[in-house]
Amino acid sequence: MTISNSDIYKIAAHHRFQWEKAQDCYVILFPEGMVKLNGSAGEVLKLVDGKNSVKAIVDLLKNQFPDVKDIEKDILAMIDFALGKAWIEQVN
Amino acid sequence: MAQQNNGVDSTVTNKRPLWLLAEITYRCPLHCAFCYNPTDYANHTKNELDTQSWIKVLNQARDLGALQLGISGGEPLLRDDIEIIVEEAHQLGYYSNLITSGVGLTDKRIDAFKKGGLDHIQLSMHDITEEISNFVTDTKTFKLKQKVAAMIKDRGYPMVLNVVIHRYNIDHIQEILEMAEKLGADYVELANTQYYGWSLLNRNQLMPTKEQVDKAEEVTNRFRDRVGNKMKVFFVVPDYFANRPKKCMNGWGEVFMIVTADGDILPCHSARVLPNMKFPNVKDSELGFAWYESPAFNKYRGDSWMKEPCRTCPEKENDLGGCRCQAFLISGDAEGADPVCDKSPGRPLIEKAIVDAQKGELQAQPIVFRTDKNSNRVIEGEEKERLEDFHALP
Repeated sequence: MTISNSDIYKIAAHHRFQWEKAQDCYVILFPEGMVKLNGSAGEVLKLVDGKNSVKAIVDLLKNQFPDVKDIEKDILAMIDFALGKAWIEQVN
Repeated sequence: MAQQNNGVDSTVTNKRPLWLLAEITYRCPLHCAFCYNPTDYANHTKNELDTQSWIKVLNQARDLGALQLGISGGEPLLRDDIEIIVEEAHQLGYYSNLITSGVGLTDKRIDAFKKGGLDHIQLSMHDITEEISNFVTDTKTFKLKQKVAAMIKDRGYPMVLNVVIHRYNIDHIQEILEMAEKLGADYVELANTQYYGWSLLNRNQLMPTKEQVDKAEEVTNRFRDRVGNKMKVFFVVPDYFANRPKKCMNGWGEVFMIVTADGDILPCHSARVLPNMKFPNVKDSELGFAWYESPAFNKYRGDSWMKEPCRTCPEKENDLGGCRCQAFLISGDAEGADPVCDKSPGRPLIEKAIVDAQKGELQAQPIVFRTDKNSNRVIEGEEKERLEDFHALP
């Protein structure tokens, strides 16, 4: 799947993304399943809100984590992975 | 921003009851021959927890980290407080699931569930034919289920169908999947019968052949390839035909907690069949105590309880010795290896079960449907002979 800068994604229907205090992490919940996300995956999916474009997400995270090398590649890989798992869907 | 383990955090290993199953009543309008509920359920239909007790359970479990809530039974819709429970669950942040036969689901109730924040409804279906669906549930519910499926779809719920697979419907998997697709199902679980409770009692009447299972899996895989992500199809492999046991409940006291209609707190659905166990009850125990401290939840946690051949088995982490209930029910030893494992001395009992299930004279025994009357007969010991005939219980 190719992801372009102008793509906008949101959390897929029937899925819920939420912060879990008890476990100190973000989770995705869906019928018959749940996934605990690690810190960086959570930071990406938090911004996948049906409004931010991929470019906006990359820019926001670049600002937030200026010292992380190759951050764009990691973000795109995460979006691609979440798309493959059908956790997120394209809006535009 | 290194992305490890595909975004799934592998560092979180501490045990929490992430899944809470509320078996809210054992009363049920259906009489399914394959029900995993305890055969002595009639002992547990009195003393059902009241609404306030369930609210307390939801709060305590959520504090322990529970996220997924299944509201099951019996038929949960026989209770008139599901609306209140659903609303509370939503406010607490659960992802909630109503597991139902569909009997009793009206427009008014489904609207209230939607408003209250119920996340999804899992509907049981039985076959494409009215005849078999009605036969195996011992009710006339086939048409109703089709109607309920449409209602679920209409309200924008994800459509999750659960189909228990047995001898009577296993050759119809293709048609069942096509029906699910036509209904617009998002998830279909083809759950091959596991033999506990009523289904164990009816094992000779329900078990398909290995050839049927292989064919069913092949048909499922082909279907899955065709529909892709549009409809997720789960095929729960029947463990009798495997040579390694399932990691039952993903491990005893690892992620699952069940609270029964009468308040028992269990690590798995059928744990009450195990000998010399005393399970905590919400009437006198907190869920946190039950999970972390009760002897019952600690008894089969990890692997220190294991005997040979499990103790030194290089594969023990894969399945944690399988299912304690199955080990006890089939081989009479709750600490033994699950007899499904071909390293277990109990494996011949499984082979015998597979052979027996094809014997005409055993197949011809009448099915014992899940009814109050039959449950009371089991409690009186009337089906003892039949059970003793196919497992090695002392």
